[in-house]
Amino acid sequence: MKAQDNIIPRFKVDIDLDECSKCGRCAVNCTFGVIEFDGEVNKPVVVDDSSCVACQRCAVFCPKNAISIKDYPVTYAPHGNWTPWHLRGINEQAKTGSVLLSGMGNDRNQPVIFDQLVWDACQVTNPSIDALREPVETRTFLGRKPDKLSFNEEGEGISLKDVFPNVMLPAPLIVGHMSLGSISYNAYTSILRAVSEVGTLFGTGEGGLHQDHVVFRGNTISEVASGRFGVSPDYLDAAAIEIKIGQGAKPGHGGQLPGEKVKELISDTRGIPLGTDALSPNPQHDIYSIEDLKTLIAALHEATEYRVPVGVKIAAVNNVAPIASGIVRAEADFLTIDGFRGGTGAAPRVVRDNTGIPVELAVASVDQHLRDEGIRHKVTLVAGGSLRSSSDLIKIIALGADVGMIATSALIAMGCRVCQQCATGKCAWGIATGNPGLGRRVDMEWASRRVVNLLRSWTADLDEVLGIMGIDAVESFVGNRDRLRYVGPNPDEARILGVKHAGSRIDLGGE
Amino acid sequence: MAKKIKKTVIDAEPGGRKLYHRELNELIREAVRDGFNWITLINVCGQRFIGAGIKEEVTIEVFGDAGLDLGVFSEGASIIVHGCSEYLLGNTLNGGELVVYGDSWDITGMGARDGRMFVLGDGGSRIGIHMKECEDKKPAIVYGGRVKQYCGEYMAGGVIVVLGLDYSNALRDKGKDLKRDNIDPGKIVDFVGEIVQSDLGAGIHGGSIYVRGEVPDDVLGVHASRGVFDDGDKKILSPLLDRFSELFNTPTDLIWSKGFTKIVPISSRPFGKVYTPTPI
Repeated sequence: MKAQDNIIPRFKVDIDLDECSKCGRCAVNCTFGVIEFDGEVNKPVVVDDSSCVACQRCAVFCPKNAISIKDYPVTYAPHGNWTPWHLRGINEQAKTGSVLLSGMGNDRNQPVIFDQLVWDACQVTNPSIDALREPVETRTFLGRKPDKLSFNEEGEGISLKDVFPNVMLPAPLIVGHMSLGSISYNAYTSILRAVSEVGTLFGTGEGGLHQDHVVFRGNTISEVASGRFGVSPDYLDAAAIEIKIGQGAKPGHGGQLPGEKVKELISDTRGIPLGTDALSPNPQHDIYSIEDLKTLIAALHEATEYRVPVGVKIAAVNNVAPIASGIVRAEADFLTIDGFRGGTGAAPRVVRDNTGIPVELAVASVDQHLRDEGIRHKVTLVAGGSLRSSSDLIKIIALGADVGMIATSALIAMGCRVCQQCATGKCAWGIATGNPGLGRRVDMEWASRRVVNLLRSWTADLDEVLGIMGIDAVESFVGNRDRLRYVGPNPDEARILGVKHAGSRIDLGGE
Repeated sequence: MAKKIKKTVIDAEPGGRKLYHRELNELIREAVRDGFNWITLINVCGQRFIGAGIKEEVTIEVFGDAGLDLGVFSEGASIIVHGCSEYLLGNTLNGGELVVYGDSWDITGMGARDGRMFVLGDGGSRIGIHMKECEDKKPAIVYGGRVKQYCGEYMAGGVIVVLGLDYSNALRDKGKDLKRDNIDPGKIVDFVGEIVQSDLGAGIHGGSIYVRGEVPDDVLGVHASRGVFDDGDKKILSPLLDRFSELFNTPTDLIWSKGFTKIVPISSRPFGKVYTPTPI
């Protein structure tokens, strides 16, 4: 390597040696090789700034707050077009000749539509509800709904006829798919413990279900994706099944767990040999059309004796609404839409940053399209990618989703600092890594408590907001776009969302 | 101790009305629950998903032609079809044995994780796509006839065998249901011309494909290469071919009368160098 190959580091790490207690925790905790402890001089040494990713692990674990991480003080000549981001990208690719791989979700700063929406509240003409003292129903049912209710009236009592399997959720909030392999055993187990305590669901991701996790089967959505890893009759015996067509972070792209990460745990769970790449092809080769999708949905219904709801997950892309219509007609019980800011363990950066559309627009468009076609009631619409706060959750429900799905938010609850190094497997927080030594950094008791708290606090937030809007059941809030208003700069955006500009009156119908 | 065989017959077209796949599978599962372990289906006419997700070690004998996704997700059942089977035979199969006394077209054994599939006749494209293996789980597909493009695509493990045998003059009483006894071993001949088509083993990163006879270079797909056929391969093939011979009344001498070409991956990490994790 020549000196010219060097790229100026992004961050500068400083250890204030006057404050430092020489405990060495920073060096132990750094997994990127930035800080080492020099026993001879008995102090920590910053050996390689260029590897620092600002994950904050060292700083958080420093008992003396002696570590600072700053932008590297060598600046680039200012240029509005050729930003440091572009220069770094070109330099990396000129050096390696390969596709840049990244983790997490899209980090480009396109405007977030959630931030341009506000919601309504009751004043004088209709009373608000005190959510702490009056009931606000947040229970939501995941699964297909019949067109009309019909009853068996023979024998004793009356029972419903022709109903489909549904899963009851305490609130319209689930944790989306993350496979064992993309996240560590401890992180995975913590989420499973949390969802089982709360009574909601977690997606298994494409990687099968480890034998230790079989007890949580009632709280899992088993993913069937193009690699078909770990798909057995037992695996399908879950609360729900989801056919993964696409992921918001990398629509149209499959997946690849590199051979280095296929260690014993992963090999056992996925049913593949040690050290081989676990490839999930881009398409599912038994699905080239809506008709094929219908066949796979039917096959899964048959294999589970029609006891388990079968859903389909797609990424939010240009034509998402007609595709969604096809999926509902293919008899999916629920439909998940993953927006272009959704997370990933690894995706080519060029795909992650530029492919797909915002989930806000996708959900509004799908909800309206399905309503226009008279089939919206059949399906449960799940949306995510990315919901960063309870307000994003509440807004996506008002835009038309029945259920919100989080994943990165749950990881952040467990310590993730969004440093985007998931693909390296070096996660210092022990979350996105297959290294069992690192994985043990996630204290499962603590982490599951944090995820439980997050899920419960967002549900409480939802209660509060439904209360101020005078809505006593979240089901009546789904797709209630008239309770939203747009405060952003672009009237076209508001039109596509079906949301009026702030200041517009409620449409009472008639002339 | 040999398991006691308890047989039952299910008519897939009772009173002239063809059963829908859901009704037929419900009857099969009911029979399994009632303790029957040899279930004969008669008058089958393209019903899909027969034996979907069955975990019990039962034998299902199908008279007629089976539809899409025969034995999909199943684990341990034996399904014998005295006729043809449509696409996706043994989709994501987890164990057991599927036998087809006719043709079975595209995407046989997609994503299979274990189990064996024997087909007397021809296959379409993408046979054995993304089959995988792990420890003692090693799926296998044996085709008596020819297959089309992309055989063994994305293959991550297991075995595919293509024999290139022509049974068209060897089947007596063609109108009748296809059975072992209706095969005249004296009239089985080799197909003339290629028995595999282009892109053989494209993207293969595990397992092996055995083609009886020669394979021209231009047929090999990306990441596929020729391997050396040795005694280890013979050990893998012998039990499979013995079973094939037994099922389809085909002399083993005839099967072994030609050498096999072995196709293997060039690497178990075909895309290892394409990506670099990079912070920018």
